[in-house]
Amino acid sequence: MRTWLRWTIAAAFVICSNAMARAETITIATVNNNDMIVMQQLASHWEQQTGNKINWVVLEENVLRQRVTTDIATGGGQFDVMTIGSYEAPIWGKQKWLLPLDDFPASYDYNDIFKSVRDALSSDGHLWAVPFYAESSFLMYRKDLFAKAGLTMPAQPTWAEVEGYAKKLTDRAHQQYGVCLRGKPGWGENMALIDTMVNTFGGRWFNEKWQPQLDTRPWHDAVTFYVNLLRDYGPPGASSNGFNENLALFSTGHCAMWVDATVAAGFVSDPKKSQVVGKVGFAPAPIAKVPNGNHWFWAWALAIPKSSHKAAVAKSFLQWATSQEYIKLVAQTNGWVLVPPGTRKSTYDNPKYIAAAPFAKQVEHAIQTADLDHPTAQPVPYTGIQYVAIPEFQAIGTTVGQLMAAALTGQSTVDQALKQAQSQVKAAMEQAGYTQ
Amino acid sequence: MKPRDKQFHPVAAAVAWLATLVMFFPIFWMVLASFKTETQAIETPPVFIFHPTLQNYHDIFVRADYPLFAWNSVVISLVATAIMLVVAVPASFAMAFYPTKRTRGTLLWMLSTKMLPAVGVLVPIYLIAKDAGLLDSRIALILIYMLSNLPIGVWMLFTFFRETPKAIIEQSRIDGAGVWDSIVHVLLPLGLPGIASTALLSIILCWNEAFWSLNLSAHDAAPLTAFIASFSAPEGLFWAKLSAAATLATVPILLFGWFSQRQLVRGLTFGAVK
Amino acid sequence: MRTTNGTIAAVPPPMRSGRMRAALRGRGGAVATLPLVGPAVVLLLIWSLVPLAMTLWFSFRRYNLLNPMIHGFAGWNNYRFLFEDPALLSSLIVTVVLVGAVLAITVGLGAVLAAVFETGFPGRGIARVLMISPFFVMPTVSALIWKNLLMNPVNGLFAWILRSVGLPTFDWFASAPLTSIILIVSWEWLPFAFLILMTSLQSLEEEVIEAARLDGAGPVAMFRYIQVPHLGRSISVVVMIETIFLLGIFAEIYVTTAGGPGVATTNLAFLIYQRALLAFNVGSASAAGVISIVLANVVAIFLINTVAKRLDV
Repeated sequence: MRTWLRWTIAAAFVICSNAMARAETITIATVNNNDMIVMQQLASHWEQQTGNKINWVVLEENVLRQRVTTDIATGGGQFDVMTIGSYEAPIWGKQKWLLPLDDFPASYDYNDIFKSVRDALSSDGHLWAVPFYAESSFLMYRKDLFAKAGLTMPAQPTWAEVEGYAKKLTDRAHQQYGVCLRGKPGWGENMALIDTMVNTFGGRWFNEKWQPQLDTRPWHDAVTFYVNLLRDYGPPGASSNGFNENLALFSTGHCAMWVDATVAAGFVSDPKKSQVVGKVGFAPAPIAKVPNGNHWFWAWALAIPKSSHKAAVAKSFLQWATSQEYIKLVAQTNGWVLVPPGTRKSTYDNPKYIAAAPFAKQVEHAIQTADLDHPTAQPVPYTGIQYVAIPEFQAIGTTVGQLMAAALTGQSTVDQALKQAQSQVKAAMEQAGYTQ
Repeated sequence: MKPRDKQFHPVAAAVAWLATLVMFFPIFWMVLASFKTETQAIETPPVFIFHPTLQNYHDIFVRADYPLFAWNSVVISLVATAIMLVVAVPASFAMAFYPTKRTRGTLLWMLSTKMLPAVGVLVPIYLIAKDAGLLDSRIALILIYMLSNLPIGVWMLFTFFRETPKAIIEQSRIDGAGVWDSIVHVLLPLGLPGIASTALLSIILCWNEAFWSLNLSAHDAAPLTAFIASFSAPEGLFWAKLSAAATLATVPILLFGWFSQRQLVRGLTFGAVK
Repeated sequence: MRTTNGTIAAVPPPMRSGRMRAALRGRGGAVATLPLVGPAVVLLLIWSLVPLAMTLWFSFRRYNLLNPMIHGFAGWNNYRFLFEDPALLSSLIVTVVLVGAVLAITVGLGAVLAAVFETGFPGRGIARVLMISPFFVMPTVSALIWKNLLMNPVNGLFAWILRSVGLPTFDWFASAPLTSIILIVSWEWLPFAFLILMTSLQSLEEEVIEAARLDGAGPVAMFRYIQVPHLGRSISVVVMIETIFLLGIFAEIYVTTAGGPGVATTNLAFLIYQRALLAFNVGSASAAGVISIVLANVVAIFLINTVAKRLDV
């Protein structure tokens, strides 16, 4: 009698503790952008719903990328969820380092996510990361300065027109500069912009045989134009200005035009952070010879490394954080203008979002028309508009970025810089085994 | 020693104060920025008079677990320094008072262990830490810092001990003290200021070390350098908040340094014992 | 017998076995130094050998962390590609220039300021404390403050000062990138040199100074002939320690110029970073690491032969 009582109690205890043991702690690595900070704050909702806990590791972008890449490549297993970009997702997916995320329930509605975004995060027929936010690039300009000078922005500006406007709107004596562009060296900094310019001037990084094309005519034209434009009508210190520095300049009123990420629209429209609220107009990114690849594409997405032991819990979080319900939650707590942009059609169909974010339609158009598979007029063996989705690109892009900055500061001529860039890239591609 | 009446040179005083203000100004500017809004921090002309706000500090405390980061920094720095001293003091004692023909070579070799740039050995060390199960643990960081600062500690202690007259040590040995007794009862009290300054240097180096601390920690062992990295260079304006985060990260070590500065000054006095 | 400030233990030391006492004491103080130095040496041996061995191993292999397809023996290829890379030579030059300039500035200014602080003036204590504060701030933060709040040619404080007096603004990181980095690093390390040199000066004996003054030495002559020679040993220590750290300067470059424009501010540590953490090319990074060790050893031998002699080693 006593024996079966003991066994019953033991069994009950085991069952109860198993129920309690379902509470897991997952470690999430994410970048310290505003949308992710909001996600961190709102994650307590998910924690309460599911009883799980999250350990947050929030780092700046470069450190984060380095950290998670080291971890996933060595199988370190430190993270259950990683925030990665559309650059890493297809590469790591191909290496089978990530878990495929095709098995979410129907309520998640994969088709609500923009096709271009889904494609950017897939390879070999699987979705490797779910998008948290996406951005493209476009042109922001000061409506008031344009009106005062009697200029109007056309529906699709060209780079030549931009140069013309910049000339009229530069007043160095009053620290007003016609155009602000990225100049800081980096594969994701100045090269992001320069790559789009090269694309629209008709160029490409590699031909079908993976031979670098940096010594071709389109590169020469694009970079010469970029250097002259920035030198003549840009702010001083352009060669160390990245996104943040240009945002600081634009929101304190020093730039008449700025070609950069669509996410900037939210910042310059925020009365707490910008002195030019209400004075900003938006236009598509400028084109030159061909319309291909004039605006870029980037997405931050959540992925699960294969080494994670808590895949089910991690998947539950991913579903929650990239769902329509989450977007509504952000709108409720922080307002529609701060919802993570660029991922779901339902966001852009919502009249409340359009009302709160007047730039929404342009952003939607830019993201939908970003074609990562055909970024250039001529055929290419790679995907990616402002980057080339190969592992070697981080280093190649940064090296070329440094040389472009040297051309910008006048340390070398454009042709010298391009010649050097061509030989460095050629050597790198040979070493990596793409070419002989 | 009777206090000396130092002559007052007005030129020297002016130069000294000018240099001081120039050196301190960037820190002052940073702390000032931490009380501004983001737009005020980057405004031109620069804002000197403004209505200070604690919003940045508030946001930081809401968003990040500052006490956890600070505690990790404190534990890692102090423990690593303590272990380093326990190993370094006997070694420099021996090399300072009983040098052999190997001493110079040993000192040089110790310094040479610091020559391999950390960036190049990240992957090997990461793999070793992973296999030992020491990723995201304070122990891994303590060990690495202890080993990194050991050569510096040995060198500094060696030079301090060279200033201490050997006669005192010898006297204690002739009086019958064993080696350990000499170290503990004679050397430590005499060389305490020198040891204190070596300890302070080691603590500062551990506190500000931003390579291993970022790569080997995730959440549990993350020190203040990771705290800074989470406020540094996000998309958007961030300098006011970063200034606040940096102030929070620097204030503990700054206060500690300032208060122990008297010890430090006495400690670095070469040949003070006459 | 001279007494000292410190107390010699009044309690008689515990008795030890006769043999041990004899071994430890010896005549005239011979001491078994091996067990004292041993732990330090053994620990450092393990710490240096294991990564060194792995670095050497990897430098001869094709090992790209991001591309597991690439593997195998690389022979001398990693080294060959490095030596063919024009960036290697320029990074060596940049490294040497950076280290040399910062050493010159910090030691030179440090000595002068130490002498200046030696004279009495009101508020000396506070001034001293403020002078050493830059050393406590994280290098990344220092660099960000300098770059964005001070040196920015549009929004920075320096630009505003220049504009107020009618001068054209100066684009620090475009026109003088390496100089700007040297400025920032010197600002960070001057307190360290200053502190060590200042306290060393305080041990200069009164009698020597008085004698010099009676001989009619002015402040400059005092500095040149009395104070600087006295500082010999501490300057050596400062130079050795600073060199070790300056050879690996990385954070300030990474944050401000990212090695550019061109390769103007790419030192060896940054070059290794590009290979190790951008390309994740462990093979190439290891080869560059080996070259870095060779460079550091060359510098160390040079320093030891010129500088360490003063340490009476």
